[in-house]
Amino acid sequence: MRTEATGPAPEMPEKHYLNATYGIRSWLLTTDHKRIALLYLASVTFFFFIGGFFAMMIRLHLLTPNGYLLTPDLYNRMFTMHGVTMVFFFLIPSIPAILGNFLIPLMVGAKDLAFPKINLLSWYIYVVGGLFTLWSMVNGGLDTGWTFYTPFSTLYSNSAVAPAVVGVFITGFSSILTGLNFLVTVHTMRAPGMTWFRLPLFVWAHYATSIVMILGTPVIAITLGLAAMERVFGLGFFNPAMGGDPILFQHLFWFYSHPAVYIMILPAMGVISELIPTFARKRLFGYHFVAAASLAIAVIGFVVWTHHMFLTGQSTYAAVAFSFLTFIVAIPSAIKTFNWTATLFGGSISFDTPMLYAFGFLGLFMIGGLTGLFLGALGVDINIHDTYFVVAHFHYIMVGGAVMGYLGGLHFWWPKITGRMYPEWLARIAAFILFIGFNFTFFPQFILGIMGMPRRYHTYPPEFQIYNVMSTAGASILAIGYLLPMVYLTWAAFYGKVAGDNPWPATGLEWKTQSPPLTENFEVTPVVTWEAYDFHNRPDLGLDVPAGKGSPGVVAPAHGDD
Amino acid sequence: MQSPLPTFPEQASNFAGNVDALFSFILMTTLFFAVLVTLLIIFAAFKFRRRSEKEVGDDVHGNNVLEVGWTLIPTIIAIGIFAWGAAIYVNYRIAPTDTLDIYVVGKQWMWKLQQPNGRKEINELHIPVGRNVKLILGSEDVIHDFYVPAFRVKMDVVPGRYNTMWFRPVKTGKYHFFCSQYCGTNHAVMGGWVTVMEPAEYAAWLSGESGDVNPVSAGERLFTQFACVTCHLSNGTGRAPSLNGVFGANVLLADGSTVVADEAYIRESILQPNAKIVAGYQPVMPTFQGLVTEEQIGNLTAYIKSLQSQPVPAKGAGIAPSPAGKK
Repeated sequence: MRTEATGPAPEMPEKHYLNATYGIRSWLLTTDHKRIALLYLASVTFFFFIGGFFAMMIRLHLLTPNGYLLTPDLYNRMFTMHGVTMVFFFLIPSIPAILGNFLIPLMVGAKDLAFPKINLLSWYIYVVGGLFTLWSMVNGGLDTGWTFYTPFSTLYSNSAVAPAVVGVFITGFSSILTGLNFLVTVHTMRAPGMTWFRLPLFVWAHYATSIVMILGTPVIAITLGLAAMERVFGLGFFNPAMGGDPILFQHLFWFYSHPAVYIMILPAMGVISELIPTFARKRLFGYHFVAAASLAIAVIGFVVWTHHMFLTGQSTYAAVAFSFLTFIVAIPSAIKTFNWTATLFGGSISFDTPMLYAFGFLGLFMIGGLTGLFLGALGVDINIHDTYFVVAHFHYIMVGGAVMGYLGGLHFWWPKITGRMYPEWLARIAAFILFIGFNFTFFPQFILGIMGMPRRYHTYPPEFQIYNVMSTAGASILAIGYLLPMVYLTWAAFYGKVAGDNPWPATGLEWKTQSPPLTENFEVTPVVTWEAYDFHNRPDLGLDVPAGKGSPGVVAPAHGDD
Repeated sequence: MQSPLPTFPEQASNFAGNVDALFSFILMTTLFFAVLVTLLIIFAAFKFRRRSEKEVGDDVHGNNVLEVGWTLIPTIIAIGIFAWGAAIYVNYRIAPTDTLDIYVVGKQWMWKLQQPNGRKEINELHIPVGRNVKLILGSEDVIHDFYVPAFRVKMDVVPGRYNTMWFRPVKTGKYHFFCSQYCGTNHAVMGGWVTVMEPAEYAAWLSGESGDVNPVSAGERLFTQFACVTCHLSNGTGRAPSLNGVFGANVLLADGSTVVADEAYIRESILQPNAKIVAGYQPVMPTFQGLVTEEQIGNLTAYIKSLQSQPVPAKGAGIAPSPAGKK
């Protein structure tokens, strides 16, 4: 139900960032945030399919209780490398480094990020970190679990822990620099009239994410540095026989790695906050509350980390305090969900592919978030901690939430990125396949957890088999759901129908420039005179605003928030 | 098994009913909200579907009353769930005093368990039904976790320290236990069976073929062998406090604070004797770090525990005079 221009079909603009210069040098030495976003897109997709391959091996192996496919050591490497690849090289960079990089300057009306060369540097740092980790994977592999728990990782593992840890350590700096770039850009480079409360919520979400990246990532760098020193030089930071404490590692690790969950999900929430108003053609309900909820999640998210450690023997008092804070951090997510839902009421809702992903996100994120309440409740955690319930829970957040948001965003902005539309019906079918495949894969794992199947098991008692078979079947469907978009989005980038500047139409500044944009984004610096997601005072969108509602032709004043 | 699509395992401990009740409560509450929101979304998607290409939605900013409502109501429910969960957990972390104590040592990739009379088992645990059981957990290498799904309890087994867990089996039978903290190659096969028996059966089993030395007498031998006995004189006149009656009591420390003499305290005192100095004594005890094995620490602890019933000397016991002390 896109609004097709009544005039002649749109044509590709003559000059844009993709054809401004040619040759491999023009890409590898670019400082254009849009080209860097595409460099990230290529490398992050590469890691996604490597991580996906490991996942497929895990699911195939678990088809039968005794698993004939892999040896125990190989299985342990598969789930470890799946986790490390997906968390550090796919989920954390996916939305911020690809969509955030591409869109934040466009959304605030700037020519580029604040530090274009540092932006290119962060991509190189990411690649170098990735190469270290890949090297460890082919040279002995990694079998510590993505959590690198000591003393197993530092004293007992017979795998290439050191290079992998160094790889993750290096990649962290890419994340810190990206966060820094976003913060400075949002503070200093907003176009005239783009007040804080006219910023799209995608930008607010990335602002909150950047805070977590800058404050949290140094902690994981230090932690992994200590673990590497213990492993290589035998310094006993975490070794109890030398006066160290293995639990200290977990405190330090989760101090970053819990907030890192919000690095993965907050940007996806930002995407959803763009999709729902666009396809409901209605302001986002409770804009200020959703913006504040993003910041609240980023801040409170820093003080819930020991809920990963309720059963390590930590003090009972600490466990009770952190359980309480865990329930508090759930509230802002609930507020967002209610506001998204309320936005739909009174809207004009279409079912274009990005909106299907938004609906999918709502359902799956809701299940992921609500099952977090089971794990946060101390009494229930005694039973389901470290079982498949946890695996199912975080996949609902990470895949059901973050990946659905990522794919929804990729479809939504694909016409802006490439100037061309993807095949709509194929995309809708793929979204549907993903949703079905995802639930089939991960819902049975909740039940496995309730039954008591621990995580990270290469073999299991036969009573657990039925749900493992379901999960593996679902994973096969899911794999098709991931391959389809990769194929047709690539195809559409070259052969898709020309999209025009604003095919949906949407209200953000990024849609006020041509698709694909010029290297310098806008011909003249835009002046913002409207509020975010305002469809009523935007005659330029060419929509029918009912008489008496809004005031077509008269745009809102540049300042004032009423 | 019973049904082709099984869900909850059997409820075989005192905790199982409580844990499942809270689980069901959270399930019902979250299901209510999830279904409500899902129905609202489906309703809105149908009712407010786009009817003409250029249509726009209403111009609504928000509603502060709704915002306050959907912030407060979930907060209140969340705090309720938190409190219920915390109550179960605190009960689980504080073991009663009348427990049957079993020492459990995890190592890659097996469990060694020892009954109070010294009988040892590998990957098997026999316990009587209806009795409070406390597991004292130590590790020889990496972190493990002792998990019995039918009892709904687990606890990490961490090298360098003791963790404890307790439960009361309420149903005889044979139940799986697992290692649920990833510990390397054979993590998945590091498990076994808990056998819950009638007390009489258990007594018969316990007195059956054993040959293992009971930990108290093993500990007593070590107490002499490591020359502990030369300072820790039982009449309180030695260079170190008498250990009679110390276990479970409050000990007064040099800095004026008190500490309960539990398994963790005794372990620490053996391995890092200068961490807590008893009031009135000099830090003269050497560390036994690296000299005693996990099993030997277990035996020493069992021996010190057995001194609980010995007469406490008037002077030189280190026990705090406060009324909170047990003796």
